Amino acid sequence: MTKNTEGARVLLVDDYPDAREMYSEYLEFSGFQVVEAANGMEALERALEDHPDIILMDLSLPVMDGWEATRRLKADERTAHIPIVALTGHALAGISEGAKRAGCDAFVTKPCLPEDLVKEIRKVLGEPSHAAAKKVRRSAKHAKNVN
Amino acid sequence: MAPQPALLVAAAGRPRARRSGAALGTRLTVASNPNRAAARLRLLEGFLQRTSVADCAQYALGWLNEVGGVARSLCLLRAGGESSLYTVAVCGFPRASAMAFSISLEDWSNPLVTAIVNRRETHFGAVQGVTDRRRRPATPFEDAPFRAIPLGVSGFADEPLGLLLVADATRSSNDDAWFAGALGQKLDQLLRHEAISDGDRRQGRERSLLYSIINAVTDPILLTDTEGRLLIANTRALTLFTASEEESEGRRGAVRMNNMLLSSALSSKAIEEIGAARRELLLVNPADGSDLLFELLSTVTEDPRHGTGVVSILRNVSDLRRASEELEENYRKLRVAEVQARAESDRLNLIIDSVADPIVVTDAEGQTSLMNEPAERLFTLSQRASAVQQRLVQSNDAHFSSFITGMLVSADQRRVGEIGLSDPTTGEAMPVEAIAGKIVSEHGELTAVVTILHDRREAIEKGKLYEQLKQASSELERKVQAATADIAQQNELLRRQAIELEQASLAKTQFLANMSHEFRTPLNAMLGYTSMLLQGVAGPVEGAVKRQLGRIESNGRHLLTIINEILDISRIEAGRMPLQISTFSVPDLVIEVKAELEPIILRSRLTVTLDLDKDLRPIATDRQKVKQILLNLLSNALKFTHHGGVTISAERMPERIVKLTVRDTGIGIARGDQDRIFEDFRQLDNSPTRAYGGTGLGLSICRRLAHMLDGHITVESKVGAGSAFTLTLPMGRR
Repeated sequence: MTKNTEGARVLLVDDYPDAREMYSEYLEFSGFQVVEAANGMEALERALEDHPDIILMDLSLPVMDGWEATRRLKADERTAHIPIVALTGHALAGISEGAKRAGCDAFVTKPCLPEDLVKEIRKVLGEPSHAAAKKVRRSAKHAKNVN
Repeated sequence: MAPQPALLVAAAGRPRARRSGAALGTRLTVASNPNRAAARLRLLEGFLQRTSVADCAQYALGWLNEVGGVARSLCLLRAGGESSLYTVAVCGFPRASAMAFSISLEDWSNPLVTAIVNRRETHFGAVQGVTDRRRRPATPFEDAPFRAIPLGVSGFADEPLGLLLVADATRSSNDDAWFAGALGQKLDQLLRHEAISDGDRRQGRERSLLYSIINAVTDPILLTDTEGRLLIANTRALTLFTASEEESEGRRGAVRMNNMLLSSALSSKAIEEIGAARRELLLVNPADGSDLLFELLSTVTEDPRHGTGVVSILRNVSDLRRASEELEENYRKLRVAEVQARAESDRLNLIIDSVADPIVVTDAEGQTSLMNEPAERLFTLSQRASAVQQRLVQSNDAHFSSFITGMLVSADQRRVGEIGLSDPTTGEAMPVEAIAGKIVSEHGELTAVVTILHDRREAIEKGKLYEQLKQASSELERKVQAATADIAQQNELLRRQAIELEQASLAKTQFLANMSHEFRTPLNAMLGYTSMLLQGVAGPVEGAVKRQLGRIESNGRHLLTIINEILDISRIEAGRMPLQISTFSVPDLVIEVKAELEPIILRSRLTVTLDLDKDLRPIATDRQKVKQILLNLLSNALKFTHHGGVTISAERMPERIVKLTVRDTGIGIARGDQDRIFEDFRQLDNSPTRAYGGTGLGLSICRRLAHMLDGHITVESKVGAGSAFTLTLPMGRR
């Protein structure tokens, strides 16, 4: 992890192709490498294979939802350190809490303009690495408890 | 106190017997014959040694036999007060038969009696014939000759002393006379001595008996002399009239007083005037000083030897007087009680008469002794009663009598029963409740039965009414129950409907949430791509294209706002917007809100001024909701203001209240509309071509959110002069 976010690899998980494509296009336009996944299962596979620096996780996903995928990622030592930004169109109360409990490091409500998402990614990646690591550890522990 | 102190006094006037023994020698005649003289001397000496009459007489007869040769002799003496002479000594006769010989002094035909009375020695010769024997008294000498010599006389009273019967012997009568004289004197002396000591003893006994008797009398008895000096007094009298030196001064004073009172009462003058009379005498009781009232009975006793005395008997009448006073008092009380009883009885009659219920008092035999006026109407015949009425009264009487008879024979003290009477005036049936009670005297004897008759007609009528009322009431109750059941059913229905509504509402909320998600996903792409195009991601855009893309973007944002606000309202209504309390700085929040709307502010060309209290302490509430309200208020202010500016101020109010005000110089709101702006979907310009965007939900949401935070939103405004929206919030818990 470096303070320079240029070239950072982003795993973008969203089942809605238009949104995925839009963010992907804009993220690449903004200088990130983008890996895509359409559901939670794929997200797990991509995270293990492609070693992303950050994961953008839509929460309502087919096959395996974002919460479950996040819990598994945070429970796995190999992926636990990767910050996860939750993306959701559900604005109902409690969702952001649930996402944080599942181990998400940040939370973004859709609709979210591409440039706002980039701002959020830069913010999360720009945090001091030790703080991020601490956060990850705590989240992992929490996730275990939830399981 | 001596048991018989009165004896001392009593002995005072008693005469003493004269002693005569010393004169004996002077009467002796000088004997001529020295032998005879010696014999006489011996007799006299023998006399000196003899103390009893019988002994002395026997000795004398022995001496006569020895000296005078008189073989047979008898000595008879008269015992004190007796009217006969009894043999006290015999010589020469069989003692047993001779001692039984006596002479009655009342038998004047007896020559021996004549001899005694005449005091003449009489000679009875030997009986010669029948005639002689008839003239001779019967004696132990029988037909043998004898002489009867009277034995001197008693010195005290001139009464015959005795008789000496001696067998006829040739002896000088001179000697016999001397002997009889000497013996007579001696025996007289002894007799008198015996009589005196006998008398003394008897008198002593009698006196003590007498004193016992008078002491046993509880009334004081006294004998006084004519000067009023006390001679004899019984115990009771002594306590009143004598006191020794040791007694208390009070007691002695009382005794002195009593003596004075008694003396004056017994004064010779008083006695002479009244003689044996009854008087009242008030004395003092020395024991306790109380008054004692006596009735004084005095009798003058004349005694030639002891002088005149007064015997007084005091009868205590204190008790009598008290008793008589009590009697009088009791009589008076009786009179008062009688008056009271009469008044009581009058009052009772009044009471009984004033009772509307018939009251009948019957005696132990069942006879009516008293009834009040209502009872009379039922049981007595008026003079103008018709035959029907008479029959009714008789029937009533019969019914009542049978009830009373039942009561009298039963052991019950009280009895309650029903009697079917009839009202004689109207003829209608009159069932009554009869309550009877026995009145029993102190001795448990039945004196009367009091019966109160209570007309049951009204009660029965009331009972009927009550029954009707009860029926009506139960009918009503049934109806109420039915209605209640209906209501319950409807309630249940309503409850189910409510649940269904709730479920529907939840479903609606869920639907809206889902829908908004579904709305937002495509909108997200639309806005995203528009933004990317405007940023030139796909190549530079300019002129009309850029302007048109801007229109797409702003309309998209508007649509997003509408969707968000509808979602907020439905969440608030469904109660699915929980509070998330945190402590935060109000100025920071205001700065954040301003920064978020910075693009709009820039576009509006208005100045937004912050007036923040730097010392405002952090508040504890839901930050997100406060922010939402402020965003709404500020965007509204910017939207409706064309000139001037907007000021946001935050200040601390008393009682831990924070006041946030958003003040603008915009178009303002008419007073009449100021309440309506908080209603749902309300914008003042309701026309389809309104000038201002927005759903009209903003202020409604703000007010609801403020309420959720225990705060409220108010507005002050004037058309054309701007508006000021104020949010007041509690600072939360310390």
